[in-house]
Amino acid sequence: MASPVEQFAVKPIIPVAHEGGALPFYAFTNSSAAMVAAVLVATVFFWLATRKRAVVPGRWQAVGEVLFDFIANMIRDNVGKEGMKYFPFVFTLFVFVFIGNMLGMLPYSFTFTSHIAVTAAMAVVIFLGVTIIGFARHGFHYLHMFFPHGAPLATAPILIPIELISYLSRPFSLSVRLFANMTVGHIMLKVLAGFVVSLGVVGGIVPFAVVSGITVLEFFIGALQAYVFTILTCIYLNDAINMH
Amino acid sequence: MPQFDPTTFASQLFWLAVTFVLLFIVVSRFAIPRLGEVLEQRQKLIADDLDRAHQLKAETEEAIRSYEKALAEARAKAHDVLRAAQDDIAKAADERNKAVNAALAEQIKQGEARIGKARDEALASVRDIAGGAAAAAVSRLAGLSPDEATVQAAVSGVMKESA
Repeated sequence: MASPVEQFAVKPIIPVAHEGGALPFYAFTNSSAAMVAAVLVATVFFWLATRKRAVVPGRWQAVGEVLFDFIANMIRDNVGKEGMKYFPFVFTLFVFVFIGNMLGMLPYSFTFTSHIAVTAAMAVVIFLGVTIIGFARHGFHYLHMFFPHGAPLATAPILIPIELISYLSRPFSLSVRLFANMTVGHIMLKVLAGFVVSLGVVGGIVPFAVVSGITVLEFFIGALQAYVFTILTCIYLNDAINMH
Repeated sequence: MPQFDPTTFASQLFWLAVTFVLLFIVVSRFAIPRLGEVLEQRQKLIADDLDRAHQLKAETEEAIRSYEKALAEARAKAHDVLRAAQDDIAKAADERNKAVNAALAEQIKQGEARIGKARDEALASVRDIAGGAAAAAVSRLAGLSPDEATVQAAVSGVMKESA
């Protein structure tokens, strides 16, 4: 039986010269293929959704409009009108993570969101971007993030380190949450599916039922984690734009 | 775990950047404008329809108002016409009544005059006949022939008594 973590191995699809060491940055791997597939799926979906642009929407258009309204309302509710400037980025983020998670549910496919390098890169970009936006809007006042108005001055020695740590830990929690959820879910599916094979036709029924249930749960978790990743981005954006 | 194998990081980060930027272009240049356009259009259509409905409603109410006004005017006019006609009829009836009454009174007066005359004539002829009859009775019973004046006097006396 293959190791349950073998599914996460990044392997070049197009053979590329690398002498045992690191893959060159341009190496086209299964991870790259999954990312490109996500972009293609998204593009085809948007093409289907906006092909007719009818007043009374068809199926694809209805899904596209729901998605549009969903993200637009998320930003309006969490950030406000000024956050609409970042609507294209947040929309892209959600679509990228969501389709990545869903494509990962296909057998023999690759889940690029299960890699810490990918989630950390996105989280760091979001963290840096939000911090830059905060300083650009509020200048030096953005440091008030670490010492809220109205707090007694005596609490500063405790409050400032806590706030600072919680602020700096954002990219870690953001990236680890998505990476861990996707990785653990896929390992669990792999292990349970292994039981189905090793226990045979009769004994395998129980793990098969469990795997079926967990598969549904994994779809749900994939959607939920895409939502959580996006809404946390909105909340960080709100802190930067409106402060708290 | 393959996740912590740094030899693949460069490739992952490079393709993440490439695909994310690609998707960002698709979303911001293609998906959002087109989806936004259709939503805006629908919003506009609904707003326009609502506006038209409000306008039509106002027009309807205006039409109802003017109709009711015209109706009230027509009613008032009909009332006036009716009253004028009634007045005219009453006046004409009055006049005719008066004329007929006058004609009737005239006829009654003429009739009464005629009756009076006829009675006088009848009375005069009664006197003549009575005189004749008295003279005839006297000549038959007494063999006398009284003169005219005596008979007349006698008749007048009796008629005065019986009158």
